[in-house]
Amino acid sequence: MKPFTTLTGTAAPLLRANVDTDLIIPKQFLKTLVRTGLGRHLFSEIRYDAEGRELPEFILNQPAFRGAEVLLSGPNFGCGSSREHAPWALLDFGIRCVIAPSFAEIFFNNCFANGILPLALPMAAIQQLAEAKGPVTVDLPEQTVSAAGLCFRFELEPARKNTLVQGLDEIARSLACLPAIEAYEANRTQATPWL
Amino acid sequence: MTNGARTLYDKLWEAHLVATRDDGTSLLYIDRHLVHEVTSPQAFEGLRMAGRPLRRPEAILSVVDHNISTQNRTTEIAEETSRLQVAALVENVQAFGVPYIPLLDDRQGIVHVIGPEQGFTLPGATVVCGDSHTSTHGAFGALAFGIGTSEVEHVMATQTLPQRRSKNMRVRFEGTLPPGLGGKDLALRLIGQIGTAGGTGHVIEFAGSAVRDLSMEGRMTLCNMAIEAGARSGLVAPDEITFAYLAGRPMAPAGPLWDQAVASWKTLATDAGAAFDREVVIEVSDLAPQVTWGTSPEAVVAITGCVPDPALAASAAEREAMTLALAYMDLRPGTPMEEVTVDVVFIGSCTNGRIEDLREAAAVARGRKVAAGVRALVVPGSGLVKLQAEAEGLDRIFLEAGFEWRLPGCSMCLGMNDDRLEPGERSASTSNRNFEGRQGRGGRTHLVSPGMAAAAAVTGRFTDVRRLLEAQ
Ligand code: SF4
Repeated sequence: MKPFTTLTGTAAPLLRANVDTDLIIPKQFLKTLVRTGLGRHLFSEIRYDAEGRELPEFILNQPAFRGAEVLLSGPNFGCGSSREHAPWALLDFGIRCVIAPSFAEIFFNNCFANGILPLALPMAAIQQLAEAKGPVTVDLPEQTVSAAGLCFRFELEPARKNTLVQGLDEIARSLACLPAIEAYEANRTQATPWL
Repeated sequence: MTNGARTLYDKLWEAHLVATRDDGTSLLYIDRHLVHEVTSPQAFEGLRMAGRPLRRPEAILSVVDHNISTQNRTTEIAEETSRLQVAALVENVQAFGVPYIPLLDDRQGIVHVIGPEQGFTLPGATVVCGDSHTSTHGAFGALAFGIGTSEVEHVMATQTLPQRRSKNMRVRFEGTLPPGLGGKDLALRLIGQIGTAGGTGHVIEFAGSAVRDLSMEGRMTLCNMAIEAGARSGLVAPDEITFAYLAGRPMAPAGPLWDQAVASWKTLATDAGAAFDREVVIEVSDLAPQVTWGTSPEAVVAITGCVPDPALAASAAEREAMTLALAYMDLRPGTPMEEVTVDVVFIGSCTNGRIEDLREAAAVARGRKVAAGVRALVVPGSGLVKLQAEAEGLDRIFLEAGFEWRLPGCSMCLGMNDDRLEPGERSASTSNRNFEGRQGRGGRTHLVSPGMAAAAAVTGRFTDVRRLLEAQ
């Protein structure tokens, strides 16, 4: 996984609450066997019309935001299904950081597995970032987000931060606990043999 | 936990703690893993790329459900991408030696229906699946939650997951649920009150007299929708109703092992005096059937109510969200819900595709006809549900009334196969999500119970199912 340290880029505002995973990537694109190539289907139903033409009013279709690397949104971002296709689509489009007041849990977890930073800030701060001119800088080691004349500090659990900053392989870390897993299994066979 | 009293969640958590990793996160042991075709291909591929073996293939049960046709059951699925995804699962389970229920097997069905049906889901177990509605299995007193594909791969490789402990929340439904109402009404009523983020960071234990009285299937419906309240999982303490449901299931323990298991399962209850971080009490004795009006499961009113007015919203943001939802749903504030007409009725899904759900719908459909212009589908949750319904003659009741009787699968719950809403069509659906486009681009979904869905089918509009039941 690609480490995440600092990022400076355009922040696209999609300021609505409850952006769900069906909206991020609709079901017809879940039939893929790989993790890549979903960027062009990101937000498909509000980004294109029924004939597949771009809807000019949609934020990511506007020239200034086509290359956005940060997404600004409302509370409960990523609610709905467990589809990891949602972070895959964001990543494939080029978005590596989503800033919202709150996130749904499975989506939040899925982001860390893919090197995306889901960053929580109060709605008022997000509004200010949306109104700021110029690029936004996210500094994960320092835990700050800044833009023209603005700077906000954000909170993140140290273990989560470490995963992203170092781009760690989660599976390898758990496999380091193999002796404990084997001991647990041996005990479990005795205690609950029906499992 | 100062007094040492523990919640059911505390007990499940502590019983599955394997180790604390170097980063301070807890490693939780996973007993049961359900796998389907949509969220697994990249996980199997990940194992291959890293050259990692699958740690315990026998802890997995796999099935295809999301992509398949409910009209004909051949392995030659017409649509290329769906066919490839189904074929990939078959190939992967063979390569890794994973137990698989074939498409043409009577036991095939939606993952969350077949897990309990086969006795794969057991009290006291941890159950995961690359699907958010895994919370369903919590109805058995199992710690069950949905995971992403990277986590699916993680479980395959390690039989564990790094986890953070959730907070404890208890929802008590007190009183006696009136006739004609069930688990779906409880779920919608709760989400209407606490919102779709109301349970975020929590595991919800459902308790109270109305939950104790609820059948196993009603409890599954309730826990299924815990995720729609934002919760990590739903839980119901196992009791005699749970044991009676599981006894004799193919994968449940039998003989002396059964007695040993039941004795252990009886300890799976929240201790008296255990503290919850949050508690919600809802009196249900005069609850009316619930129906959603918007594009989020928290947009709920009683069938006796009206489409709400954004002008009365508590904040500007809420007003804007309501206005957007009403525009998408093409509804006018103040319209009585009973005046809203439907085009399509969908009875099925992992929320309400079990035998009791079909019985509830059939009781309303019996001797009636689907209203002119309404397309009504009944999709059993599994092949065994279908066979049971046919043995009871429910298929005849539905067919005579003009419903379509389909083959098992996820179907119009999300429309990954060819069952979907056309733009602008309005459905009464027993599924769990009314998001924009969920059942088809431009489709308008209203979530209801199976009885309410059948009532909408025969009257052509949302109708208080209690009136139809009284008339019989
Ligand atoms: S029935 Fe619907 S919610 Fe349930 S597993 Fe299938 S698609 Fe998901």
